[in-house]
Amino acid sequence: MATAASSPPIAVWQQEGDAATLQVSGDWRRDGPDVKIEGTPPPHFPAHYQLEKLGAYDSTLPAFLLAHFRTVKATDQEKPELPPLDSLPDNLRGLLELALAVPEESDAKQSDPSSSILGRLGSLSLAFWASLQALLDFTGQTVLSLIRFCTGRARFRASDFWMTLQQCGVEALPIVALISFLIGVIMAFVGNVQLTNFGANLFVANLVGIAMVREMGVVMTAIIMSGRTGAAFAAHIGSMKANEEIDALRTFGFNPFDFLVLPRMLALVLMMPLLTVYANIIGIFGGTVVGSMVGITPALYWNQTLIAVDLTNASLGVIKSVFFGVAIAASGCMMGMAAGNSSAAVGQATTRAVVASITAVVVIDSAFAAIFTMLGI
Amino acid sequence: MAAKITIRELTMAYGDLVVMHDLNFEIQEKDIFIIMGGSGCGKSTLLRHLIGLQEPAKGSILYGDEDFTATDPDERGSFMQRFGVMYQSGALWSSLTLGENIAMPLEEAGTISAATVRDLVAYKLSLVGLSGYKDYYPSQISGGMKKRAGIARALALDPDILFLDEPGAGLDPLSSRRLDDLILGLRDSQGSTIVIVTHELASIFSIANTALFLDTATKTQGAIGNPNELRDRSDNPAVRLFLNRGDTPEPHP
Repeated sequence: MATAASSPPIAVWQQEGDAATLQVSGDWRRDGPDVKIEGTPPPHFPAHYQLEKLGAYDSTLPAFLLAHFRTVKATDQEKPELPPLDSLPDNLRGLLELALAVPEESDAKQSDPSSSILGRLGSLSLAFWASLQALLDFTGQTVLSLIRFCTGRARFRASDFWMTLQQCGVEALPIVALISFLIGVIMAFVGNVQLTNFGANLFVANLVGIAMVREMGVVMTAIIMSGRTGAAFAAHIGSMKANEEIDALRTFGFNPFDFLVLPRMLALVLMMPLLTVYANIIGIFGGTVVGSMVGITPALYWNQTLIAVDLTNASLGVIKSVFFGVAIAASGCMMGMAAGNSSAAVGQATTRAVVASITAVVVIDSAFAAIFTMLGI
Repeated sequence: MAAKITIRELTMAYGDLVVMHDLNFEIQEKDIFIIMGGSGCGKSTLLRHLIGLQEPAKGSILYGDEDFTATDPDERGSFMQRFGVMYQSGALWSSLTLGENIAMPLEEAGTISAATVRDLVAYKLSLVGLSGYKDYYPSQISGGMKKRAGIARALALDPDILFLDEPGAGLDPLSSRRLDDLILGLRDSQGSTIVIVTHELASIFSIANTALFLDTATKTQGAIGNPNELRDRSDNPAVRLFLNRGDTPEPHP
């Protein structure tokens, strides 16, 4: 709180023989003008203080004095721990005694990460190697967990599984429906504009049908689930990690992989194909709506879709969805398990999970495109 | 002169669930005022009311002569600037280092030079015995250190009134003792009024001027006064029981 009549803070160092005197005057306030320092700060503690002209002050004055004491101490380790404070007024002395009660922890200084290019390259490589190891470790643990599940030895709460099933199944239906419907509508509009040029706008049904069941339905569902469920997995498991809940599971003899990763992975792998079929149907429905607006009756549109989309085509997206489910659940759970123990770390884990799962979805999709091309499907 | 904080007919509730009703007490300037009571009795809730994080169901809180509860929550800035609050778990911002945690309120409060901020941060950390830990993130330090760093942050703006929620819980006896010395030192040197929620008996007896006991059974204030007096002479058996750790000596004459 600034006062109307405040004089600027001044610190004057006077050296007389071996003893230094510090004269402090003016108002020392955080929101006041900067401190004016006259004379050279001595390399030792001041022996006397002259505070007659000192006005009002807040923490800036003890902070200034402490900063000087610390510099003196840093330059000369032989100096006594405590500077003479006797000539200071009681409250100022009290505060400085409190501040000096625990010596500075010089070992506590954080080591700076190396700033040279080689150093950074080295730490990047080490970090990459560590994340590769973490990925392998996670995959291994998950496979072991799956084996335990298949042999009936994995322990997790059935209610957790059903809850996750609901969260990544039923609760995702509205958003999947909205996006798929709009994707169907957009493709139908774009296709119609182009195909009408050739008088072939009935083939909008082929375009929408094949694109939906082979690619768009499953990829859009996977991307929605990455952002929705993958992120939720990472945030949930990450917060549990930050809260020591995972350690608590371990000490009770529960395997965190069986308990947390397995139910999530199973739930998503079960739900992804169902959501994909649902998305496909809604997308084709979106195409039908546009078709009826441009003169293709729903019956005709449906008939044309049945001709274009055979069972082989329709199964491709569903097959891919299983792999996408594994990738999304694995990214979410892995990033959650690897999270640090703070709220900021949970945020980072969630970001990484979404980026990793979307990348994985696109990479897996490209691999399938190559395989299907080779197989001639 | 008006008391620093006056609480009148305060009733605290979560929806229909009344936590405490009809609290009436005053906190004097430079008091070390302790709010005590069993677990879940509403100590922290009372603190949240005092700092404006929760609105009273009934009654009012006055700072000096000014009615805090009657002020629009958006216009309580002038009150809030005088408060320093340490939350139970430290509540340090995890994406900032300890130094940045303390520097942020300083930098936001007004124009201040980088050198002053640096000196102030070093000084506040020294006060709580954490000097040298400026570049650490909250996740890298222990629970007790987080608590102390939380106090350093609460002290950042030289608050007039310092609210501490369970400052001693989870600290070893020596750290707890040092914390008590710090609290006494701050009151004596800085002239702050300090309101502490705690049930650490050792701290209560060594630092409190005045202690308020919240009684879970009657859901209102059980007793108020000097804790040593209350322990020996309170008419309320629940207060004596609490301050004697469950032993029930007869009240001294």
